[in-house]
Amino acid sequence: MIQWLKDLMQSNLSGDAPARTKPSTPPPSARALPGETLAKQLALVIDLNVCVGCHACVTSCKQWNTSGSAGPLADEKPYGADPTGTFFNRVQTYEAGIFPGTETIHFPKSCLHCEDPPCVPVCPTGASYKRKEDGIVLVDYDKCIGCKYCAWACPYGARELDEERQVMTKCTLCVDRIYDEKLPKEDRKPACVKACPTGARLFGDVKDPESEVSKAIRERGGYALMPEWETQPANQYLPRRKTDVVGGNS
Amino acid sequence: MNPAFSVVIFTTIAGTAQGLVVTLALAMLAGLQIQAGFVGAALILAEAMLLIGLGASFAHLGRPERAWRAVLMWRTSWLSREVIVLPAFIGVVALWWLALRMGVTTPLLPFAVIVVAAALWYCTAMIYACLRFIQEWAQPLTLVNFVLIGLSSGLMLASALAAFAGEGALLRVAGPCALVATLMAWATRMLALRHNAKLKHKSTLQSATGINSPNLVQKSMGMSAGSFNTREFFHGRTLALLKQVKLGFIVLCFALPAFFALLALGGLAKEGATMPWALAVLCQVPGLVAERWFFFAQAKHPQNLYYQVVS
Repeated sequence: MIQWLKDLMQSNLSGDAPARTKPSTPPPSARALPGETLAKQLALVIDLNVCVGCHACVTSCKQWNTSGSAGPLADEKPYGADPTGTFFNRVQTYEAGIFPGTETIHFPKSCLHCEDPPCVPVCPTGASYKRKEDGIVLVDYDKCIGCKYCAWACPYGARELDEERQVMTKCTLCVDRIYDEKLPKEDRKPACVKACPTGARLFGDVKDPESEVSKAIRERGGYALMPEWETQPANQYLPRRKTDVVGGNS
Repeated sequence: MNPAFSVVIFTTIAGTAQGLVVTLALAMLAGLQIQAGFVGAALILAEAMLLIGLGASFAHLGRPERAWRAVLMWRTSWLSREVIVLPAFIGVVALWWLALRMGVTTPLLPFAVIVVAAALWYCTAMIYACLRFIQEWAQPLTLVNFVLIGLSSGLMLASALAAFAGEGALLRVAGPCALVATLMAWATRMLALRHNAKLKHKSTLQSATGINSPNLVQKSMGMSAGSFNTREFFHGRTLALLKQVKLGFIVLCFALPAFFALLALGGLAKEGATMPWALAVLCQVPGLVAERWFFFAQAKHPQNLYYQVVS
């Protein structure tokens, strides 16, 4: 049957009667409704104490995702004077304090998989969605029209348009990896987490109070980025512990 | 933001077409003596402008062949609602044109045209005003300005057309209305500029990174040669150019058209003279483009905090 007709009918059904889907058997990628509280929310917790800014998470992310279901992630003029490309993860560097009392902070940034993602409701096609079963925010590349409105609606700049495919792309938390039963159990983690040589990236369910990430957030003062917009980012950051060098809460 | 010319063209040209159609609809409802041929021709012009706008909006898309999908999420997305209302407006204007051509005179169609035009302005403005963290846009004046600038340019165009076609009855009403709408749009746009000048952005480098040091600078954005984030959200122009564009649109979009309208209405030119109205429209066209370009360029996206320094 014609695919677009199917999509149209499906979206009509799921839209006006969410009660029709039985809660006991959720479809594989059911969408979270706006404002819905999910039982499970996968996320990353990033420890700013130990990130050394090596960019291993950046390259491993690019390698995995350009080869997987999210890819290929285009690179334009990779050997030219101004190369550019699509990445889901960046490591930035900041300096706090005044010389000589300064501190260098390496700061990885990817999609924060907000619990109230502002990028999702603005999408005119429904290509952008939040999964009900684990809270991952994804883009359906076959439905994206490349209008870039979701990128405008993300205060964090987490989304990047793939210039070759002209669709919006973003961190998938390696959704094609973390559930892959063909991989050994210890490998069922996002590529960035596996690649980090210092263990600065923790991965788990922030809704499970006993998970490694929940404990880290609780015990070490995990915080969210730009709390002023109330997007409730699922990813959180562990602050630097106080050091004598800066002598502050940096 | 980096102004996308596709969106600038679409919002200005559709806004003017809406203003023109609303002017004609109000004139018909008020029972002004206008020749049916003139209204028909003006509606065809409006339809052509709307189709150019529709084409420009397609040009904004990375995958225009999938554009039909954009009607699906009307429950949550203002963009989706606009995608529905724009063709509806084109359709209802076409229907009105057809009815006039067939000699059917019903107040229902001009009334419907006004309602759908208002809905389209609302959707277009809300696309920007609903983004709460783009504080330059997230204010009621965004809606007010989209409507008033659309009315101003539509009334100016209607007055010019009426002057050229010798539609004295329409010109006597539309002319003063064009002057008033332009002055009002000027005033509210200045209010929006004042609001933006006084704006204190909620997001700071500290809130963006959670690093609570008063002396915090970025040393590297993580890549050497730009990305989507550095292309889409930075206009890359100097502050001096932005100031010139601001002055340019205040003069071209509001001051000069108002001056020419005053000239035409104040008896300095003889009644029904076409020249002042033609000059008003010719000034306003680049003025509208400059105004909308500035509207985008002035908006500071909080993501820019993360992309300050290459290395």
